[in-house]
Amino acid sequence: MSSKESPETGPRPVSGKEEGGKTIRIYVMGRAYEVPEGLTILKALEYAGFRLTRGVGCRGGFCGACAVMYRMPGEYKLRTALACQTLARDGMHLVFIPYAPMKKPRYDIEKLRPDAGSVIAIFPEVTRCLACNACTKACPQGLQVMDAIQAIIRGDIAAAANLAFDCIGCGLCSIRCPAEIRHVYVFQLVRRLYGKYMLPKAKHVEERIKEIEAGKYDEEMEKLMKLSLEELKRLYMSRDIEKA
Amino acid sequence: MMGLVYEGYPPEMREKIRVVEETREERLGQQIPKLSLEEREKLVRKWHPDYREDTKRPVRIGPNKGQVIYREVADLLESWPAVKPGDVDLDNIDYDVDILIIGGGGAAASAALWAVYSGVSPENILIATKLRFGDANTVKAQGGIQAADRPNDSPVRHYLDTIGGGHFANKPELVRALVMDAPFIIRWLEDLGVMFDKTGEGEMIEYTGGGASRRRLHAAKDYTGLEIMRVIRDEVWNKGVNVLEFSPAVELLTDPDTGAVSGAVLWNMEVKAYYVVRAKVTILATGGFGRLHLAGFPTTNHYGATADGIVMAYRVGANLRDLDSAQFHPTGVAWPEAIRGELITEKCRSLGAQLVNANGERFINELEPRDVVASAIIRECAEGRGIITPTGACGVWLDLPMIDRVRGEGTIRRNLPAMYRQFIRHGIDITREPVLTYPTLHYQNGGIEIDPWTHVLRPDGTPIPGLLAAGEVTGGVHGKNRLMGNSLLDITVFGRRAGITAAKLVKEMSGKPRISLKHVERYMEELKRLGVPENRRAPVLLPDYRGERVLLRKLDLIDLAPI
Ligand SMILES: Cc1cc2nc3c(=O)[nH]c(=O)nc-3n(C[C@H](O)[C@H](O)[C@H](O)COP(=O)(O)OP(=O)(O)OC[C@H]3O[C@@H](n4cnc5c(N)ncnc54)[C@H](O)[C@@H]3O)c2cc1C
Ligand code: SF4
Ligand code: SF4
Repeated sequence: MSSKESPETGPRPVSGKEEGGKTIRIYVMGRAYEVPEGLTILKALEYAGFRLTRGVGCRGGFCGACAVMYRMPGEYKLRTALACQTLARDGMHLVFIPYAPMKKPRYDIEKLRPDAGSVIAIFPEVTRCLACNACTKACPQGLQVMDAIQAIIRGDIAAAANLAFDCIGCGLCSIRCPAEIRHVYVFQLVRRLYGKYMLPKAKHVEERIKEIEAGKYDEEMEKLMKLSLEELKRLYMSRDIEKA
Repeated sequence: MMGLVYEGYPPEMREKIRVVEETREERLGQQIPKLSLEEREKLVRKWHPDYREDTKRPVRIGPNKGQVIYREVADLLESWPAVKPGDVDLDNIDYDVDILIIGGGGAAASAALWAVYSGVSPENILIATKLRFGDANTVKAQGGIQAADRPNDSPVRHYLDTIGGGHFANKPELVRALVMDAPFIIRWLEDLGVMFDKTGEGEMIEYTGGGASRRRLHAAKDYTGLEIMRVIRDEVWNKGVNVLEFSPAVELLTDPDTGAVSGAVLWNMEVKAYYVVRAKVTILATGGFGRLHLAGFPTTNHYGATADGIVMAYRVGANLRDLDSAQFHPTGVAWPEAIRGELITEKCRSLGAQLVNANGERFINELEPRDVVASAIIRECAEGRGIITPTGACGVWLDLPMIDRVRGEGTIRRNLPAMYRQFIRHGIDITREPVLTYPTLHYQNGGIEIDPWTHVLRPDGTPIPGLLAAGEVTGGVHGKNRLMGNSLLDITVFGRRAGITAAKLVKEMSGKPRISLKHVERYMEELKRLGVPENRRAPVLLPDYRGERVLLRKLDLIDLAPI
């Protein structure tokens, strides 16, 4: 730790050390906790005694509920992470960002067109992007967030939708954005416009629906449902299997 | 990414990996014969949690008294209510709605939308969920959603695959609804804007899944569940349906005379206050039970998967079925700790990855059925041939570099991009290093019995008026074992049906229902007779992972959590 930093807050407890195991010290919103080494931030918090309701969801990196920001000793950098995917480190100062304040605008997807105009009419702030790339640096999914926003401005909805596909909606980019863009909801709209209007419809699904509506499978289904267990098992065991 | 980069395996584990590397050449081309049916049976009966004597017991109370089910579930059914009936003032109704939907996953969102399409005003629908809307198992589904819509496939074939996969224990009418509605569901999702994987002409790119005789798994990269959830959630918000987050239901309400369900008591976890909701129809869509950690297993499930729905439904007399079986996925992550219990897709083994114990030996043909492979891994660990992690978990190696060794450099990066990303995040390069694996609790096969229009049934087959259920909380659709890709279908098919049924019931009903907790009082008399300890309460709402040392010293001086 550099000498310019303030001293550690709080003495180390004399009891409470893990028998044998090595412990580290993390600072949860400034308050120090001793926790075993090797836990994720989420599990370290729980070990320390937090029973979380906010800031935890799927626990597997898919829901974006457990966003945190932290600084490491000796670094000026404000880092971002998902608490369920990131190891707790000695000296880490962290804060929860379980919510990025922003309201989702309502719209009727049936009445929109897949172009920049539709998106900007609902999210005018998109045009204020400064191309500073703060969003990209904040993204725990490693997405090219700025490129996705810039693609919208260029009118390339397809590129934006694909660049933003792996977005888990954690909101960290939106918290860092000087243009105050609501990326989470912008990207949701862009993906839906692309999926609904730009991806061609599956004709074979439509055809199968027509067949079902015409009752094509009803008789066979009735027959199958009336089979004895023995007959059903035989049929199951003898069915052909398509190669992967 | 602004996060720190990990340095991968700690030295003590790297040391243990050496044996995997040293034996790789000699394992190349080595054939492990498949087990005979008798050998399989013996292995599974000895090691699989479904067959172990100590994992289950008969439940001693309620409509299914005497039925043998998992211990953790039986304990919950034999629990006192979380809120004492006397502590709730039912004269003060906080929300008076047509439809109350309990849960915030894919089944709940589908139900809300189809109720709206069927003519119920969004203001008269309330979704009450435990965490945020969408914090659910649904967002974790990667593989895909089944629907028989290719020319060489048919709903009849889908029916046969599903029934056979479920060990012929499925409820036939439910399977029929599942497979016949499937193509309609895909079209609905397509129309809403779900970005399915398609060819340039719009043809769905469909994958194969365990137990399916045709390629019928529709995917949106490996974020299928997330993509479906966020699209239908967006639409629920667009329609203006009311959503209450961090407000789980803790008890259903019933008409004191007829026993019809008429709403629920919610509990706001943030301000620790209850709310009374009166509803003409109540839909349970609370998902599964992974966080009960049956038989001590880690789980793939989200934080709120604690079986609340079956507990509440049981107290109003619902029939529960197939809770003697649970789906354990053979290859969960055992290390790194960060993603312990999460899934390692079956595709790795199809591509040739080998399972290897601490001595560098293979011990099972990797392509045996899921329950067989899971049993073999459990055996290796129980008999001391597993690898212990720094956090005290046990596992065996899945030798992934073998894939590139056999199929050529680049196969992993091409075919398993998500897996590669998942581990490289933690400093483990699966093209060069094996990963440690152990079975993980994955899916609640059974649950509340419903009919094809989602009415909740009593043991005698009659419906409980006012109560519907859909999704993982229900039983019967999948029998004793669910096929990959049939659950995302289940929640959209039966979520939709629940919404339609609820709208119909609302239209038929005149006047407001009556509310009481009389059924809970009756249940409590039974609990008292049984001598259940007063501190055992359910629903549990969230698992408790706090450190023991903290809990020993815990004092509730002020109820003021920092977050
Ligand atoms: C890792 C993983 C991978 C999977 N992969 C696939 C796949 O590839 N294909 C497939 O088809 N299926 C897959 N599944 C299964 C599938 O995702 C789930 O079974 C399905 O999404 C369940 O949907 P649901 O709406 O019934 O429940 P959930 O999505 O779990 O939603 C239940 C909701 O109810 C809330 N809740 C719980 N208790 C209460 C209460 N008391 N009051 C209010 N709300 C409550 C929960 O917090 C949650 O929001 C997978 C599951 C997991 C965990
Ligand atoms: S794009 Fe923004 S909201 Fe989405 S995952 Fe990245 S940081 Fe989170
Ligand atoms: S942070 Fe905001 S302003 Fe900066 S590049 Fe990203 S979107 Fe543009």
